[in-house]
Amino acid sequence: MADLSLRGVAKRFGEQVAVEAIDLDVAHGELVVLLGPTGAGKTTTLRLIAGLETPDEGEIRIGGRDVTGEPPAARDLAFVFQQYSLYPHMTAYDNMAFPLRAPARRAAEGAIREKVAEVARLLHIGHKLDSKATRLSGGEMQRVAIGRALVRDPAAYLMDEPLSSLDAKLRSELRLELKRIQRETGATIVYVTHDQIEAMTMADRIGVLREGRLAQVGTPREIYETPRNVYVAARLGTPAMNLLPGDLLPVEGKPAGAVTVGARTEHLHLARAREGGGAGTVRRVEHLGDQNPVHVEVGEHTLVTLGDAALELRAGDRVDVRLDAPLFFGRDGERLAACPRCGRA
Amino acid sequence: MNGAAMGKSSAHSVAEPSAGARRLAGAIVVAYALVTMIPLVWILLTGFKTPPDSISYPPKVVFEPSLEGYVNLFTNRSRQTPEYMASLPPPETWYDRLVRSRNMVITGPSRFADRYVNSVIIGFGSTFLAVFLGTLTAYAFSRFRVPLQDDLLFFILSTRMMPPIAVAIPIFLMFRELGLSDTHLGMILLYTAVNMSLSVWLLKGFMDEIPREYEEAAMVDGYTRLQAFFKVVLPQATTGIAATAIFCLIFAWNEYAFALLLTSGEAQTAPPFIPIIIGEGGLDWPAVAAGTTLFLLPVFVFTVVLRSHLLRGITFGAVRK
Repeated sequence: MADLSLRGVAKRFGEQVAVEAIDLDVAHGELVVLLGPTGAGKTTTLRLIAGLETPDEGEIRIGGRDVTGEPPAARDLAFVFQQYSLYPHMTAYDNMAFPLRAPARRAAEGAIREKVAEVARLLHIGHKLDSKATRLSGGEMQRVAIGRALVRDPAAYLMDEPLSSLDAKLRSELRLELKRIQRETGATIVYVTHDQIEAMTMADRIGVLREGRLAQVGTPREIYETPRNVYVAARLGTPAMNLLPGDLLPVEGKPAGAVTVGARTEHLHLARAREGGGAGTVRRVEHLGDQNPVHVEVGEHTLVTLGDAALELRAGDRVDVRLDAPLFFGRDGERLAACPRCGRA
Repeated sequence: MNGAAMGKSSAHSVAEPSAGARRLAGAIVVAYALVTMIPLVWILLTGFKTPPDSISYPPKVVFEPSLEGYVNLFTNRSRQTPEYMASLPPPETWYDRLVRSRNMVITGPSRFADRYVNSVIIGFGSTFLAVFLGTLTAYAFSRFRVPLQDDLLFFILSTRMMPPIAVAIPIFLMFRELGLSDTHLGMILLYTAVNMSLSVWLLKGFMDEIPREYEEAAMVDGYTRLQAFFKVVLPQATTGIAATAIFCLIFAWNEYAFALLLTSGEAQTAPPFIPIIIGEGGLDWPAVAAGTTLFLLPVFVFTVVLRSHLLRGITFGAVRK
């Protein structure tokens, strides 16, 4: 295992800028999640680290060694692809043994068998090793694909949305499993996803990408609680953060120049309004069982928050909406620190 | 409102043809197969007729089978006087006896076997070359940003746009100059060149279908691109390679015009040889038919052997789109 560092890395495809000015350090044994929507440059960044793309600018180092110009095979990395790229003409066992049989670092067949069996046990696919890759279910295929990376002891693991093709149950299972494996083995991992839950639960640090640039890098807590700007803030939280005009609702601590208030569900308190009062009207309540997202219309804006089940709100009810220590954003979208003494009623 | 229309076809899926349509389709296929089989069956039968039977009119469908055609195909014979025939020791083999019953003796083997071997060498040699080069070329076109890619591909295809025989004279002159006339190498190169366009275009389609992730995964795992190509891409491309090989072989095997023009002795293939097998008083039809039958066999076997690859078609890849 080793540390990774990217300095001023840029990549263009023709006119299209894929990533630009990426500076990122991943420490030994750290799991860094790259988070962003489709087209933000997550996968390109990963491919640049792997050597599947050559950067137009910048420098990539693995374990202190400059690998910018080296072919993928020389970088000693393991890559898990989004589309499980198992070789259909091989069995699950041969797929997992494939990296260990590479001419660059060929291992003895006995050692390979041991290692594959060990990893297969870890991923609960020991009984499927003799099956053809095409005979496996989606979840099994993806576990074999992850297993193919885990049989090696590379400088770092690169994972490109490895869980995105799985169903919810398997995804949450494997998420915990991967995190456990990472903790136990002290693996260095760069993990790409657009799933904020994966990012929050797995990451030591999150890098939020926006249009090819790193908008912010920090621990999940930092990213969640002190996002640098509206964009980063909007990536995390369920339901998504409500962005409201600064003067829509009275709020304490609003700094000068705050044009937007970012209110997540924990910043919003609903209460049934007295007859004829209330700032908002309930438009819709979704009953998901464990959560009940409530859509509340305030003036011309609709905000979504989780309702207290005890309130038993229904469409048409009038509610009071109270903001409690939300986030504030200036005209340029940058977050402004709350000013404790401002706007006190 | 549309409940009546929807409730109607509950017996089977609307996507499936009805039993009547399927029977009709089956009948058409069988009828077509029978029609195309007639010439083949006729050739097969003619090979086992005697020369008089083969040209009798009306044509004989029921006849006494004879191996004379096959014997004549493989031998040269000469007619002898009855006195000479009587002076010979008794015949040693069944084919000796057969030939002598016609008042002839075998003077030696014919050149059919040589021609046949030439066909095998040239047909399979050029097929191997065309598919090998075509695979590499198609892979390069499929995976790399080749400058002028579209123009090059069009150029490769354009070699097919005129009848090959249109360039026969220039090729004849070139071959004479280069000493390639009537050589195996010359014919292999020529057929390879003609087949390249087919091979590159077919295989590029198959290569495009193989996801890049396969090679990329292998390359990250410590393989070079060439190793990844052989380990991962080639096994995925077997279906396409088999299909391409069949098409290339059929062309090279059956090619007549170039073979007639550019070969005469050493490297002559079977196609220009078979139709001019002369017997007594004209073409020896049973021998021609026997030669044709034997000539059909390798392509037939080759196609049957590779058919499983063709039928397997698209492997349901483990890559999700």
